[in-house]
Amino acid sequence: MQQVNKWPSGLVNKPLRYCPGCGHGIVHRIVGECLEELGIRERTVGIAPVGCSVFADEYFNCDMIQGPHGRGPAIATGIKRSKPECIVFSYQGDGDLASIGMAETVHSAARSENITVIFINNAIYGMTGGQMAPTTLIGQQASTCPRGRTVQANGYPIRVCELLAQLEGARYLERTSTHTAAHVIKAKKAIRQAFQNQIDGKGFSLVEVLSICPTNWGLTPLQSLKFVTEKMMPMYPLGVFRTPDAAAGAATEGGAA
Amino acid sequence: MPEIKVDEKLCKGCELCTTACPKQCIAMSDQFSVTGYYPAKLAKQDCCTGCGLCAQICPDLAITVFK
Repeated sequence: MQQVNKWPSGLVNKPLRYCPGCGHGIVHRIVGECLEELGIRERTVGIAPVGCSVFADEYFNCDMIQGPHGRGPAIATGIKRSKPECIVFSYQGDGDLASIGMAETVHSAARSENITVIFINNAIYGMTGGQMAPTTLIGQQASTCPRGRTVQANGYPIRVCELLAQLEGARYLERTSTHTAAHVIKAKKAIRQAFQNQIDGKGFSLVEVLSICPTNWGLTPLQSLKFVTEKMMPMYPLGVFRTPDAAAGAATEGGAA
Repeated sequence: MPEIKVDEKLCKGCELCTTACPKQCIAMSDQFSVTGYYPAKLAKQDCCTGCGLCAQICPDLAITVFK
């Protein structure tokens, strides 16, 4: 019998300390496999965010920098411009990328910096204890909106891919999910493409990954999978929003665009 | 026969693999692991096809597939 899968060389061989069911582990594996398969691990620099994945530097088997809150794309810009031969990726959550780091995200996309951004959207602040994030859904409970998010008090959630799709500099934007094995495979394809774009010098690539946070949603991992399909995907339809070749638009999956 | 091996030190008992298995071969153990979770295990004999979907969705890289 042959072993079908193995621990990717892009990840350090140690147990992940995320909560049971957390999507970070899945995306870590995908990134680790992409670094191995594309043969770029030796020249890759990753940027760990502030959030649950602040310890990403312990897991990715490449050079890592842990940046100030939300500043991943700014740090990536500096590294990429001073060392263009490096492959630079920024790994960020929704609180990091869509809240405090929104300016860095938008402007690095507008400048079309040749970097890869992996954006984990779990609609809540994970590390700090389940506070409302910019991506928290209307009606979703969080510790800072215990009766559910309301438009009147908290405004509308931000769809990052749709927002960045307005910018000509954003060359590759795709939203994927990790709630089924098939979607995990699609997410890997998207993340691999985002790294390939950087190798080819195509410009700013961002892959948004819908991820579950059972601990802070107050659900079991299995209930969380249902939450993604029933609540998150209608708000955050999956699909490709921009590719380097064609501008906007492409089929979306899961609800109204 | 194809089979999976679950590393009980890595598995946190999230049960995501049970949803991914197209043949429902995976169930949760009723014995605590050393880390304090009920780990996944291959519950049926001659059931696994080695498709590897459980390993795709496992967030803890606990599943190794043999085919």
